[in-house]
Amino acid sequence: MKNIDSRTHVRGESVYLDDIPLIQGTLFGVAFGSPMAHGVIRNLNVADAEAMPGVVRVLTHKDVTGENQIGGIIPDEPLFADHHVHYVGMPIAFVVAETDDDARAAVKKITVDIEPLRVITDPREAQALGELIIPPKHFRLGDTSTAWAQCMHIFEGCADTNGQEHLYIETQGAYAIPQENNGIKLYSSTQGPTAVQRAVSRSSGLPMHQIEVDVIRLGGGFGGKEDQANMWAALVAVAAHVLKKPVKYSLHRMEDMAMTGKRHPYSSDFKIGLDNDLKIIAYEATFYQNAGAAADLSPAVLERTLFHCTNSYYVPNVSATAYSCRTHLPPNTAFRGFGGPQGMFVIEAAIAKAAESLRIDASVIQEKNLIQTGDEFPFGQKAESEAPACWHKTTELYELNAIRERIATFNNENRLSKKGLALMPVCFGISFTNTRMNQARALVHLYTDGSVNVSTGAVEMGQGVNTKMLQVAAQVLSIRSERVKLLTTSTYRIASTSPSAASATADLNGRAVQLACDELVKRLKTVAAGELQTDVEAITLKDEWVYVNDQKTDWDWERLLMAAFSKRVSLSEHAHYATPGIHFDPIAAKGHPFAYHVYGTAIVETTVDCLRGIYEINNIKVVHDFGVSMNTAIDRGQIEGGIVQGLGWMTMEEVIFDKTGRLRSNALSTYKVPDIYSVPDEIAIEALKTEQDNLAIFRSKAVGEPPLMYGIGAYFALRNAILAFNPTARIPFDAPMTPEKVLLALYDGRTSFSTNDQTASYVAVNS
Amino acid sequence: MISFILNNKQINTSLPPGTTLLDFVRYNQHLTGTKIGCREGDCGACTVLVGELCEGAVRYRTATSCLMPLGNAPGKHIVTIEGINLDVLTPVQQAMTDESATQCGFCTPGFVMSLAGFCLSDKAPTRQNAIAAIDGNICRCTGYKSIERAAERVANQLEGCNGEEAAQFAVEQSILPDYFTHIPERLHTLSLRLNGEHQNGTLSVQYVGGGTDVYVQKHDEIKDASIQFLSDKPYLKGIRQEGRECLIQAASTVTDLIESVVIQTYFPDFKTYAKLVSSTPIRNMATIGGNFVNASPIGDFTIFFLALDATLALNDGSQTREVPLHRFYKGYKTLDKQADEVLEQIRFTLPNSATRFNFEKVSKRTHLDIASVNSAIRITVEEDIITDICLSAGGVAPIPKRLEKTEEFLIGKELTESLVIDAINVTQTEISPISDARGTETYKRLLLSQLIKAHFLKLFPGLNVEQLLTPSAL
Repeated sequence: MKNIDSRTHVRGESVYLDDIPLIQGTLFGVAFGSPMAHGVIRNLNVADAEAMPGVVRVLTHKDVTGENQIGGIIPDEPLFADHHVHYVGMPIAFVVAETDDDARAAVKKITVDIEPLRVITDPREAQALGELIIPPKHFRLGDTSTAWAQCMHIFEGCADTNGQEHLYIETQGAYAIPQENNGIKLYSSTQGPTAVQRAVSRSSGLPMHQIEVDVIRLGGGFGGKEDQANMWAALVAVAAHVLKKPVKYSLHRMEDMAMTGKRHPYSSDFKIGLDNDLKIIAYEATFYQNAGAAADLSPAVLERTLFHCTNSYYVPNVSATAYSCRTHLPPNTAFRGFGGPQGMFVIEAAIAKAAESLRIDASVIQEKNLIQTGDEFPFGQKAESEAPACWHKTTELYELNAIRERIATFNNENRLSKKGLALMPVCFGISFTNTRMNQARALVHLYTDGSVNVSTGAVEMGQGVNTKMLQVAAQVLSIRSERVKLLTTSTYRIASTSPSAASATADLNGRAVQLACDELVKRLKTVAAGELQTDVEAITLKDEWVYVNDQKTDWDWERLLMAAFSKRVSLSEHAHYATPGIHFDPIAAKGHPFAYHVYGTAIVETTVDCLRGIYEINNIKVVHDFGVSMNTAIDRGQIEGGIVQGLGWMTMEEVIFDKTGRLRSNALSTYKVPDIYSVPDEIAIEALKTEQDNLAIFRSKAVGEPPLMYGIGAYFALRNAILAFNPTARIPFDAPMTPEKVLLALYDGRTSFSTNDQTASYVAVNS
Repeated sequence: MISFILNNKQINTSLPPGTTLLDFVRYNQHLTGTKIGCREGDCGACTVLVGELCEGAVRYRTATSCLMPLGNAPGKHIVTIEGINLDVLTPVQQAMTDESATQCGFCTPGFVMSLAGFCLSDKAPTRQNAIAAIDGNICRCTGYKSIERAAERVANQLEGCNGEEAAQFAVEQSILPDYFTHIPERLHTLSLRLNGEHQNGTLSVQYVGGGTDVYVQKHDEIKDASIQFLSDKPYLKGIRQEGRECLIQAASTVTDLIESVVIQTYFPDFKTYAKLVSSTPIRNMATIGGNFVNASPIGDFTIFFLALDATLALNDGSQTREVPLHRFYKGYKTLDKQADEVLEQIRFTLPNSATRFNFEKVSKRTHLDIASVNSAIRITVEEDIITDICLSAGGVAPIPKRLEKTEEFLIGKELTESLVIDAINVTQTEISPISDARGTETYKRLLLSQLIKAHFLKLFPGLNVEQLLTPSAL
């Protein structure tokens, strides 16, 4: 089944936040962000802005009617900076004017005197100064301290990954419309309607039942609108509440990039020990997460780094420590993979270092250590592993040995062009690691004409969740899909939603839809049994008809509904689903946090132009553990999209902050995401079909996040190509592998004219 | 009053001509299918079609409406996605749907418009050309593979066209609504009415060509400025050959250049170079003159024409003055140009059979990105001796730079591997790159060395690669 929004999408008729027709009298807001990364506000002058044409009001922290606080996990993030600023772009004031142009002109008239304080952009520096968001977290399995003695080979090193801009093409935004008796209706481009409702409630001082958050759809989210939609929603809601007028704010791209957090950059240390047989005996890692200026979701992201620190491998002795380091950057946040990719990169770097030192191919170590069913993850859960199955199917199906031979021949025959190859196994846990978030609700209305409305807590952001919800309803009710409509996600229809995140949205909400529809079917069967004077057990509903003992009757769907209504049977159902069997003790760092894991293996092939340092990712060949895909078109799209986003993170996407905390990659002209020419010629995707039961909806495993991590393979494939040209290249484990890093590695940075040793992450930019 | 046709509707608006077409269609006409992604021409979500009369027929090209001022719209047919919708899905829309090439849908109207533009172009209906048509559209969801499949379907669909006029064929195939068939006569009527109407007599404070640079940098300020629009001035259009010289009028677009017979004849690789420069809609809008006047130290065509030793003709309204391009740049963003002077023409000597030419560009992303370093070379070698050389480089100095010391070093010498190495060392003494978002100083120095080697290796395949790669060469 195609995405149910396809038709309106291709006709330009789908409605996003900025497309909602305006209510008369709507005002427009624009935030004034701090020009400094860290300091004390000495004087704020908004008078000139307030005197500008069309300006209605300039709000500051003094105007907040509730609490000046929007922090989700930890209350450490003011809505408006009051005395201190903690990052460039931190909102200090909010100009509200009659037109967007007026507001934008006025915001330039605001001036602020800030007494500068020390700016920290490096997480290791923050950790050394004790600037931590939460106390460090540890995951342990076995005993690494004694295990080193059993190791034949021990390698240590550092591995860094940079951040990543979400670059949802629709920027952040919100539109608040005051209702009678102080209520607020809020349109928001958010993955977390309840999070927005809570943030608005807190900052406005209104109880949650006064605040309806309605989400039509998102023009992309990728985690960037999980917690970070709260700020804009709270700003417009407070303004609307104070001014009693509708207020809208749709961010310009540069505001969005400058003011919002990104994927967390990490700096990490690793130590890996292998025995004579190349089995990994011990692994230690220390992760320094660059959290930015406030907690946001950083503690949860940090934890998932630890959950995935051994990726697809079984390691009997593990000790992993993670620090969430407070720096003066915009608070970093969720991004597809949620800390998992950062953890996986480090163990892949450790394996690569071991392999390069031992002069073997990394895949030899990878394959020998794949996690098997029954093996224990460092957090105590026992694996039900598809890792070896995916690996072996990949190497056989795509004829890995033949690929290797072809590449070896190519590299022998070409001097200025070298190919590199890497394998990337992936293992990703599905569930919110915060167990209580693994719940969802659905509301299903059957109408007497046979049409059906379904509401869930799921937010449609391109991942096709609404299509899957519709499939569940149509299948359980046994009706044509055209009869079913998915409604917008509203906190007035579905309360206490978990954000659409953690790849679990279809599972959680789909199960709730299934439960609601099961209950309605049960009721309808009872009605049918009464009308047809038979047992309920004899009744089945199939393709919109009632069957008795598999014999078709003359009762169709519409007649059945009408009969149920006449008998005063409820045609509506609200169902609740909570994932069974999951638990996690955060203190002991042990439990069974995941409903299941998703596995897969990718082969990545690259070619480097060794003269210019540019490269191509030629192809990616994947075997992916779908379970049983309920929508192959959507799932394939998620994999292709995830892979390319992962490739972007590992290759060209480079978030650059200078040492004053100012974002230098602040527009699409300086921050490059993959375009159509930079994607591999071929992305081959083959399913590993598994028959065993799992907790996924219709046994169709979650597919949102895991494919992103196949992209990590591109980094290592590029390394291998560089090493084919220059076997003695010293290449730091420092992603992304930009053309700059490739060229410097190809020639070992051996330049007679090297004038400085600036790294790309901290380049001083001549403004 | 600005008059043009928007979809099937006659527009007469008195809004400031500096208003972007994007703001006009979304917030004035409430046509919300055109999306805002970046407002700097980098994402393509706001792509529209711009049709203009060209020898009696209407020629459609894509444009990013965020960078196109209303002042460049008079007399044209502007088409948004609403303007191509039929009751049924068009073949482009059907292909996008069938291939699941739309996920969040926000970039989708832009892709649909770019592919519609492809259907209206005279490009051969190949997969490669269809994909080239969407090279300016960014999608963050799909990973593009499904979009490639959709583009291929669209190309296949067009194979039935036997030299019919593109718009006519498109109407017959239900690719476009049938009102398109009447657009040529409507535009013709409009152009008669517009004759002489759009003259701006007041002293202008701002010149705008294609708008692709000025609207990125000064989007907010420019809207209400008094603007003199240059893009459609007939005397600023055209590319022609006179004897050994090529004359390019300054408002010629990059696409005009790509399609020019003169350029194609003398620079067979031009298409390959141009593919590295911006994207289809930007190439459709950006003028060559603008590329020179915005004075970016890294303008691709500035670097290209520097190596051709081009000369500029400037006119202040009463007289014309000529300036060699390499004397045009006085310092960072400082030009040898008076405020009232307009760049009218670029002329250069066409290469002869002994001349070799090459252009190199490296950026973080190969396509649709600004160069880290770019470089061009024009060289003549007779009996192993370099008899003529012109070498330029961008991104290594405050201005687009002619590498004059390197040229001086090379001229009259025998071309050998070691000469190239020595020349690179001379180059290092005359450049002054800075570290910025496009690369560190170290990188830019190394990269320019590599690009100079690339010039020689490409133009003189007989050179020994190994000798050029020895570490001492760095």
